[in-house]
Amino acid sequence: MSKVGPLGEGLSVSAGVQADSSAVSAGPRARSLSGDGPESPRGALAGVRAGVRLLRSEIGLTFRRPRNLALLGVLAVVPLVIGVAIRAAGDGADSFVGQVAGNGLVLTFAAFFVMLPLVLPLAVGVVAGDSIAGEAGLGTLRYLLTAPAGRTRLLALKYANVVVFAVAACALVAVSALVTGLVLFPVGPVTLLSGSTIPLAEGLLRIGLVALYAAAGMAALGALALAISTLTETSIGAIATTLVLVVVAQVLQAIPQLAVIEPYLLTSWWAGFDGALRDPVATDQMGQGLLVFAAYIVVCGSIAWARFTSRDITA
Amino acid sequence: MTTTIDAAGDAMTASPAGGPAIVTRGLTKRFRGGQIAVDHLDLTVPRGAVFGFLGPNGSGKTTTIRMLLGLVTPTSGSSSILGAASPVQALTRVGALVEGPAFYPYLSGAANLRRFDAADPSADPRTVGRRVAEALDRVGLAAAAKKRYRAYSLGMRQRLAIAATLLGPRELLVLDEPTNGLDPQGTREVRNLIKDVAAGGTTVFVSSHLLAEVEQMCTHIGVMSTGRLVAEGTLTELRSASVPRIRVETPDSSLAAAALTAFGLTNIIPAPGEVSAELGDALPERVTAALVREGIAVRGLQVVHPTLEDVFVHLTGEGFDVEA
Repeated sequence: MSKVGPLGEGLSVSAGVQADSSAVSAGPRARSLSGDGPESPRGALAGVRAGVRLLRSEIGLTFRRPRNLALLGVLAVVPLVIGVAIRAAGDGADSFVGQVAGNGLVLTFAAFFVMLPLVLPLAVGVVAGDSIAGEAGLGTLRYLLTAPAGRTRLLALKYANVVVFAVAACALVAVSALVTGLVLFPVGPVTLLSGSTIPLAEGLLRIGLVALYAAAGMAALGALALAISTLTETSIGAIATTLVLVVVAQVLQAIPQLAVIEPYLLTSWWAGFDGALRDPVATDQMGQGLLVFAAYIVVCGSIAWARFTSRDITA
Repeated sequence: MTTTIDAAGDAMTASPAGGPAIVTRGLTKRFRGGQIAVDHLDLTVPRGAVFGFLGPNGSGKTTTIRMLLGLVTPTSGSSSILGAASPVQALTRVGALVEGPAFYPYLSGAANLRRFDAADPSADPRTVGRRVAEALDRVGLAAAAKKRYRAYSLGMRQRLAIAATLLGPRELLVLDEPTNGLDPQGTREVRNLIKDVAAGGTTVFVSSHLLAEVEQMCTHIGVMSTGRLVAEGTLTELRSASVPRIRVETPDSSLAAAALTAFGLTNIIPAPGEVSAELGDALPERVTAALVREGIAVRGLQVVHPTLEDVFVHLTGEGFDVEA
């Protein structure tokens, strides 16, 4: 093995070259970023434009993906099925759902009542749970980050996309229920839960209020699912965990002995949308719900951020 | 290295456009199991170089690349690309192919490229159509631009990943095993593409376990073995670091061996019908004359330069020996 000697010498030569070039690199300061830097107004505007472009790309991806379209399809069909079922079964005006037969507008409230515990969380949980873990699983996350999308920026835009989807999902439920209700049932002034009656126009306004409150609740769930999504590289794991948490929370909620933890559960505030069906609107109840949603968004968002900005991307 | 990490980091951030494209100082990654993937790596890739990052599988090449690109946080040490303080600041000027292609299966090739272009905050959306078309054309995928990625063959996927690195003007290309899954023709095309890109002034950092490939296109080479850099230099340096041997074809091999010893050559290996020795600085014609003077029947004489492969196997083999 006498070849080792001369080879070793060759290597020490190259090590010398290396030391030299690192000394050379200690030259003048790097080019200034001023002008187009993130601090200048022009740079900030360009940054916002670029953010909007990536968000549009996210939204386009979400709403073009066959799986998500199927989910939205289900969201649109469920109110239709409820409407047809009530129409077929005839009246039963004593129950809340039964009121639908007398007034098509009530179908919207009935749809949210039926879909908020599980169907809407399923759709939002799938999209939000997939948001980071899905990219990691595909391997596209490493290419987004080397593009470079920026970790905090990507996470923020991913969450913005989840919020857009949550709003779209709730709007879709509202519109589908409204159209079904208008087609299948008579429409008129709405009798509220508190017994008083409001005119049709205000009824429509209340529907908007319900949809927005539901969207806020789903946005909070989306933050939770996003945080879980940063913990794994398999989207199905993140989605399943989210949905299991939703179900478990509602089971706990149903146990009277555990009433003490109920206010801390995200799911127990979703039903608060019925505050919009009282006269006057139960702003305290709904406001408290919105505060809980905001708290969930802040806490889960922080967890997601802490995890995602420090994580090694090895997939 | 006498420089501390801080001092090295300072030198890196201060690097002007003419500084090295890649600098690492004491770069180390220890994974959670305690296993060291990269061990105190000091690497310098000069601007304009085509740097071949060689090493057997599992020698730490991909982990190094992930650290360079900011995907993995080093356990200790530092790295810098294009003189930027953090990878994110430089990445917009870097095209990267890391551990094979990864795209959205339900999108077309062109739509996939648009997606990644949208993630780059400095990319101009007005020119994206032209840039995507050009990148696809450069890798020969123009005809498959509208086809879904799901339907792409392995070679097409690899080409698309290379196209993604060419979406914008790049100062540095980081290509991790770029010819994986390509047929010989595709391999040659990629090699030509790299030469082409390098001719335009772009620094290319290409990892490979295929010597022949690196030998044909690289100006500089770094050899990794079990997480350490065991050799770094220009191709010429590495080649000249290896010692040529003289091989004599003769029926009198034992006599010839004695004559070569007498001449002062070392590491003599006699074999039936031939004998070889380390030539060192000796002139082959002198050796021939000496053999002839001794009356040895010389039927053939050859000076053998070790191939880069010999060097590579020698180095990485040596690494394992040292480790054991």
